[in-house]
Amino acid sequence: MKERLSEEVMAMRAVKEVEAEDACNLGLGTPQLCALYIPEGVQVQAENGVIGYGPLVTTDNAEMADPALMDAGSRFYTPAPGMSFFDMLTSFAMIRSGRLTTILGGLEVSEKGDLAIHSMSEADEYPQIGGAMDLAWGAKKLIVTMPHNTRDGKPKIVKELSLPLSSPECVDIIVTDLGVIEVTPEGFLLKEVAPGWTAQEVQALTEAPLMVSEDVKDVEL
Amino acid sequence: MREKICNAAEAVADVHDGAAVAAHAWGACGTPGYLFRALAAQGAKDLTLYCTNFLPGPPGLEDIGFPDPTILLPQLKKIVTPFLGTRAFRGVLGEDFLGDRVRSGQLEIEATTHGVLMQRLHAGAMKLGGFYSPVGLNTVVEKGKEKRVIDGKEYILEKPIHPDVGLISAYKADKLGNLVYRGSARASNPVIAMASGLTIVQVWEVVEVGELDPEVVVTPGIYVDRIVRIPDEDPNSAKRVEELFRKFAKELVTFGTESGDAQGGQE
Repeated sequence: MKERLSEEVMAMRAVKEVEAEDACNLGLGTPQLCALYIPEGVQVQAENGVIGYGPLVTTDNAEMADPALMDAGSRFYTPAPGMSFFDMLTSFAMIRSGRLTTILGGLEVSEKGDLAIHSMSEADEYPQIGGAMDLAWGAKKLIVTMPHNTRDGKPKIVKELSLPLSSPECVDIIVTDLGVIEVTPEGFLLKEVAPGWTAQEVQALTEAPLMVSEDVKDVEL
Repeated sequence: MREKICNAAEAVADVHDGAAVAAHAWGACGTPGYLFRALAAQGAKDLTLYCTNFLPGPPGLEDIGFPDPTILLPQLKKIVTPFLGTRAFRGVLGEDFLGDRVRSGQLEIEATTHGVLMQRLHAGAMKLGGFYSPVGLNTVVEKGKEKRVIDGKEYILEKPIHPDVGLISAYKADKLGNLVYRGSARASNPVIAMASGLTIVQVWEVVEVGELDPEVVVTPGIYVDRIVRIPDEDPNSAKRVEELFRKFAKELVTFGTESGDAQGGQE
């Protein structure tokens, strides 16, 4: 079986969509890995009220963990020059302002760019929304990173969502373990494929039709 | 000067059955865990809890005072929160623990988003009748709410929150209740202070009036009714948290990473 892109490579590729001098918010899951590859000068924001924090504390420097320096994913970060703190009203005004380039995980994306992101319980009554709906709605640019298919092989890039909607018409670009797909007014545009895969093979694992870019190429980092 | 300093039991003594309580809760950071324990001991019933997040702490760290809003669960009739740690609950309390409570009518859960919850509290503080929000259209968030088109765009009517009691956490207070915070521990604490009829704060340190630089006070003391200094021997005191972070640093760092991995739009 052909190899798909690793989560690390997906994170690195997603970060390429972030431009110098952007400010970023990184959702839970694969996007959290993006923090490792964010270029210098890009400020990262966390919903609980900080922007511009430094590298995350890992088990190698766990003694650096400070109870007051925690990001939205309950991970501890190191301070950095230019960092600022604020309350969550300020934070969510910032999030809805169109100033942040946002990378989120996803469960499904539709042709129109509708996003389903929330794990639902059986009762469907208590999704884990957190700040994701605000982030998706307010992003300057929304990048979604997710596996191309579910664990049992179902497509996650679809014509219409089969899962409950989280945010309508919000996704700009999708980085999966099989390639890079842009959401355009005409539908999905396949721009890059994982090395060793053809556009036809990626289409075969995708429910929605893919237009193939004239200069489609291997995923570049 | 009205005396605002009291112990935790005194601070929560008059929280009545059926009260609406708002509280910040975000893991180890800025969460008033000491006040949660006081309210659990006080035992008020049928509470409605407006809470930033609602999930238990890392398994294995329950006994060292990790701030945990879920200890209030037996006292709650309703939870309004953007983030319910259903996965974490399964790990700690067993398969679909919350679902069982919901189906048996013991508990009601209302979904919202962090942005909406913040603005609902702010609307409460400003005594607004409500506000129109664009986030959550055609999702579970709009369930049962009025919608309206304004200047060609569709919005959801969101109502204000007027908590009877706000439980918050700050770094330092002066005796008037002026508060300063540290780092991301500020979070939703200031807006809860503004919205609540009675605001109770837990702090690590209380200083004399005049010792705080007015330029750095975030929450003016007029919003703070009761100040509880966490006693040194409590696991949530400055001294003990410092020790805890030295001793359990690796576990705490790993917890953040794993809980994030488990909740990122993954299956």
